[in-house]
Amino acid sequence: MTDAPCLLVVEPGLFTTLQDAGRRGFQRFGVSQGGALDQVGLALANRLVGNGPTEAAFEFTATGGVYECAAESCRVAVAGHCLPLAVNDSPLSPYAGVRLRRGDRLTVGSLRAGVRGYIAVEGGFDVPPVLGSRATHTRSGIGGIAGRPLRAGDELPLVRDAAPGGPGLMLPTAAWPAFGEVARIVFGPQDDHFDAAVRARLVTEPYRISSRSDRMACRLDGPALDHAGDFNIVSDGVADGSIQVSGGGAPILLLADRQTTGGYPKIATVCPPDRRLVAQRAPGESLRFDAVTVEQAEAACRAAATELDALLGRIVPAASPPRLDSRDLLGCNLISGVVGPS
Amino acid sequence: MDREGGPAIRFLPAGGDALVVELGDRIDAGINDAVHALDRAIGQAGLPGVLETTPSYRSILVSYDPLATGFAALRERIAGLAPEASGGLAAARRIWQIPVAYGGAFGVDLEAVARDCGLGAEAFAAQHSATEYRVYMLGFAPGFAYLGDLPRRLHASRWPEPRPVIPSGSVSIGGAQSAISSVDMPSAWRLIGRTPVRLFDLQRPEAFLLRPGDRVRLRPIGAPEFDELAQAAARGETVAVLESPAPDPAETASGQGAP
Repeated sequence: MTDAPCLLVVEPGLFTTLQDAGRRGFQRFGVSQGGALDQVGLALANRLVGNGPTEAAFEFTATGGVYECAAESCRVAVAGHCLPLAVNDSPLSPYAGVRLRRGDRLTVGSLRAGVRGYIAVEGGFDVPPVLGSRATHTRSGIGGIAGRPLRAGDELPLVRDAAPGGPGLMLPTAAWPAFGEVARIVFGPQDDHFDAAVRARLVTEPYRISSRSDRMACRLDGPALDHAGDFNIVSDGVADGSIQVSGGGAPILLLADRQTTGGYPKIATVCPPDRRLVAQRAPGESLRFDAVTVEQAEAACRAAATELDALLGRIVPAASPPRLDSRDLLGCNLISGVVGPS
Repeated sequence: MDREGGPAIRFLPAGGDALVVELGDRIDAGINDAVHALDRAIGQAGLPGVLETTPSYRSILVSYDPLATGFAALRERIAGLAPEASGGLAAARRIWQIPVAYGGAFGVDLEAVARDCGLGAEAFAAQHSATEYRVYMLGFAPGFAYLGDLPRRLHASRWPEPRPVIPSGSVSIGGAQSAISSVDMPSAWRLIGRTPVRLFDLQRPEAFLLRPGDRVRLRPIGAPEFDELAQAAARGETVAVLESPAPDPAETASGQGAP
C-alpha cells in the first residue's frame, strides 16, 4: 500500500467505473462521449460532499461494493437507495455525506430503486484526465483506472488527505429520485425509413429492458419495428439516446458509451432528461415512449435544468451526523495535535 | 441550398440536443467534400451553443446545448453558411504517406482476396497502394479511418462472421471501402496488410493522426522496415509522413471540433 491518501477497493461491486460528464469534441475522431449515465445521480453524490456536479465519481451497477479509507479521513456520499449501506457495522443513510477515518469500511449493497448508483468523495479522485475527461470507456480502454472497471485491490488516489469534521450534508427522503417508465422521444433522424403504422407501434406498445444491456446500449424486448425498405443506411454520426433498429427490427437504445457512427436507421431519439430514466430501468422492467416535438424536447431540457437546481437546493446540513459512535465523540481529542500525514 | 447534382440539404432532429445536417444519402466524393467544407464553416462560425460536430460520409451530427440554442435557430444559421466562401479547403487538405506491409502474416486474406479479384497478390497490393484515398470519416473506434474510394477491381465482400480480434494497424477491405484500424477490435473485413503507424496514440501530443477529409497514400514496405518503424512508433514517433501541406493554424483550431 502506498502512503498517498486513497480509497481502497475491497470489493468492486458490479461493473463499477469512474465517470464524470464525459468527453466533448472527440466524437469526430471516433471517441465515444461516455460519462455518467445518470448525471442527476452524479450531481447529487458530488453535491453531498461539497464537490462541483460533474466531478468524477464511481458509477456502479445494481450493487456497490466495499471500500476502505486509506487516508487520514475522507468524506463520501452514496447517491442511490442501497441496502445494506453501512460504515463498518453502523447503518448509513443513502443520499448523505459521511466522514470515514483511516481503516473505516464503507459497504454499499444493492440498489432498491434504479440500477445505477454513484459514490463520490470530497475533493475528487486524483486520476489524470484522458482527452479532457476522467470517464472510463472500457471499449477504448481509456479513462478512469487503466480504462477498465474497478477491481479488488485497486487504490484510488484522493485529491484531499483529510476531510473537515462537523455535520455532513443530506438529501431529505422525500426528495430521493424515483425513475418512471415513460421516456419522451423525438422522431428522427431516420424515421422516414419506417411506415406510419410502425412509428405508431413504438409509442403505443410496451417494451421491456433486455438483460443484454450495458453502458453502450439498452436493448429492448418487444414488437419488432419493420423497416419500410433497406435496413442499411450509409453510416453517420450517432446521437446520445438514439433508437436504432437493426436488420431484424429489434430496437436498440444507444447510451453514453455508444459507438460514434453506425449504419442502421435511427427511428427516434430519447430526450436528454429522460435518458437517465432508461439507464435506471432494470432488465425485465417496462419502458414506454411518448412522442414530443423537438421544441417540446428543448423545453423539457430547460425544465430539467431548473428541477436539478431545485433538487440540489434541497440538500441541507444534517441535524446530527448520519452516523455517530463513540469514536466521533473522541475524534476531536484524538486528531488535535496530530501532525499532517507523512 | 441545393447542391449541384445532389439532393437538397436536410435538417433532421436528434432528440433535442443534436441535429443531423444531411447532404446526401450515398457514398460520394463530391458529397463528402461538401460535408467537410460545411463542417469547417460551422467550426469557423463559432455558433453559440454548438458543443461539437461529427462529420461522416454524407452528413454532420451537430451536438448543441439546448439551454443556449435550439434546432430552429441552428437550422437557420447553418443554412445561411456558405462553405464555399470559407475557401481554402483544397489548399489546406493534408496528404499523408503511410507505410504498409502487404500479405503474409501482415495480411492473411490477401492471397484469397486477390484470387477472387482475378489478380495475383503482388498485383493486388500494387493496385491498392497506387490509389490516393480520402478519409471519408473516423468512427467506430478511436482513430479508426474509413478510406475511399477503392478501385472497383479491388472490391471484396466482408466475411459472414467477424473475427473476434484483428490487430491495431490492420489494413482491410470491406465492400467498396478500405480501412485502417487503430485499436484491437472485432472485424469482418478482409485483412490485406498492416501498417506500423498508430492512428491513435495517447503518448503523442496529437493523439489522432488523421482527420476527416485528409488524403492518404500507401507505401508498400517489407518486414524488416515494418519492424524498424514499429519500434519507432512504440516510442511515440508518428512514422507516417505528411507530404503536404504544413498544417495551418485555423485548421488546427477548428479541427478539434470543440470551441
